Amino acid sequence: MIKRRSNSSFVNYIDRSREYYAAHGYTQPYKWVAHKEVPFAKLVKPLSECRIGLLTTADLEKPPGKSKQERHLTRKVFAHQVVDAPEHFYTQDLQWDQEATHTDDNGSFMPLNRLAECATEGRIGLASPRFYGVMTDYSQGKTSKKSAPRVLSLCQEDKVEAMILPAL
Amino acid sequence: MCHQTVSLVARHLEENSIPTIVVGSARDIVEECGVARFLFTDFPLGNPFGRPWDKEMQRAIMAMVLDLLEYAWQPRTTVQAPFIWSEDESWRTNFMQVSAENREMLLRVGEERRAEQARVKTKKLR
Repeated sequence: MIKRRSNSSFVNYIDRSREYYAAHGYTQPYKWVAHKEVPFAKLVKPLSECRIGLLTTADLEKPPGKSKQERHLTRKVFAHQVVDAPEHFYTQDLQWDQEATHTDDNGSFMPLNRLAECATEGRIGLASPRFYGVMTDYSQGKTSKKSAPRVLSLCQEDKVEAMILPAL
Repeated sequence: MCHQTVSLVARHLEENSIPTIVVGSARDIVEECGVARFLFTDFPLGNPFGRPWDKEMQRAIMAMVLDLLEYAWQPRTTVQAPFIWSEDESWRTNFMQVSAENREMLLRVGEERRAEQARVKTKKLR
């Protein structure tokens, strides 16, 4: 049966969050980044020969601090051994739909096991022995000028040839 | 905000010759930011790689991710995964909902947040 809709089926989070935070008393709406130009790098060899990395915005554990705002100050870009990945990542301070779902299964947002399976099957050359973490930040400048170069540096240390970035 | 963060990181990696793919459920945020490759999973925020404990769905999504990583030939390539979260679509309207019932509560939460932000900022400057 064909469904008919008066609005788009997928949620428009830019509009939704503007109204939501206005209701919180914020007078200036957040300005989301909008680029015209988009960089594009091609794989230089088959995926079956590439080392692939995974990046998350979740934390390895609850950062120190009494409030979300305090905890945010202690967050850093990191690389962590896959073999020592936590059974549960800390995601409670991030803005995801905590009523509709949960993050108890890492495979639903940070699929280290699924990527390892692909390496075993030969679909990829190798999963990077470390995975990467970056803190979510309201400051686009901080993310682009500080966090992203740090992630790049970690990828280069590990000779990562392509990166998968799941977003919570 | 996670979607914007990973999109900005992906762009930086692409600029430095590392191919990337963003996997997420906030299509507007990722596409406005502009990324090389994007697998859109139309789910509630929190599970971009599929329903919790549903290994088959997660494997299928990973297969699509790797295909897209390998075969996309131009930037802004978006593919939508062919999965639905559930027949019940109430999550689409419930998330970040503003209503007459919760307006007072949201304003109070906002005031508390601003007070905490000011306190933490002052503490940081000391």
